[in-house]
Amino acid sequence: MSMTATAGHAHADPHHIGIVVEHPGPAPKRIVTAYGFWVFLLSDIVMFSCFFAAYAVLAGQTAGGPSGSEIFEQRNVAIETVCLLLSSFTCGMASIAADTHNRLWFYLGMAVTCVLGLIFLAIEFNEFAGLVSRGYGPSRSAFLTAFFSLVGCHGLHVSAGVLWLLTMMAQVFAKGFRVDILRRMMCFALFWHALDIIWVAVFSVVYLLGSGA
Amino acid sequence: MSDQTHMHVEHDIAPGDEEQHSVGARILGYVVGLALALLLTATSFFIAGTDLVWQPSIPVALIVLAIAQMGVHLVFFLHITTGPDNTNNVLALAFGLLVVFLVVGGTVWIMAHLNQNMPPMDQIMPMRN
Repeated sequence: MSMTATAGHAHADPHHIGIVVEHPGPAPKRIVTAYGFWVFLLSDIVMFSCFFAAYAVLAGQTAGGPSGSEIFEQRNVAIETVCLLLSSFTCGMASIAADTHNRLWFYLGMAVTCVLGLIFLAIEFNEFAGLVSRGYGPSRSAFLTAFFSLVGCHGLHVSAGVLWLLTMMAQVFAKGFRVDILRRMMCFALFWHALDIIWVAVFSVVYLLGSGA
Repeated sequence: MSDQTHMHVEHDIAPGDEEQHSVGARILGYVVGLALALLLTATSFFIAGTDLVWQPSIPVALIVLAIAQMGVHLVFFLHITTGPDNTNNVLALAFGLLVVFLVVGGTVWIMAHLNQNMPPMDQIMPMRN
């Protein structure tokens, strides 16, 4: 790179690095939105890590109440896990359908995702109701408090996700695959997949490690 | 003035977005991710209840399997890869993981040593007399 070649671009390349990079300007809104939502999801994961830390500390503090291995039913947890996994897959199918503007497959994918999410919530609600009716509510012991807050917080996220899912279906129905609707759909898909990642940690740490101990 | 000094600058890709792929390739990615995740989940549930392996290794195996499955989800479902256009997303993830490990690891570490850092209660009692 000779000096004469870069002289004309001195204003753009004051340090004569030799590679003139035209400033590309602000990133497209799709990238800005998704990146911001990604940062929110990471902060949400940090919040969950506090619940995990509390659970890890309090898992043994049963105060004479039941321990994890006495109240966890692995068959239910396995069904819940498969439901969430399959719903993550169908959510991915729905995002592909949204990107290709295919209404039929979008509605189908979202509807299946919704049903699987509701099955997950129903099983979890049954588990909680059964525990409370046996007197093993969150106030029974520190272990149960940590358990209900951690798993319940994830359940609340899934409930919010189902509401968001229905909103997305309604918005696509009313407004079509507009650019802003597709941005929201992308954020929803990120949210739903992130919930599945948190559930992997929940079933491994709470249910599988807890039932072995 | 040669044009080759002008680099064509492309934007990064959004988290969750993939590089340009056909629909078939994208579906295949999700199918592979689902198959791997199901395999890892099945292994986790099998390991947790089996007595075929050395028992103290089970918690470690469960944690390793969980981390592997989270990696599968990140790559195949969230499309967080190590590509050059994904650097911002990976850096944000790395910082998030740093905080997670500080919170969880720090809490468990401190609380596990809390008892032995406290003076034993039976030695406090005589001191009051």
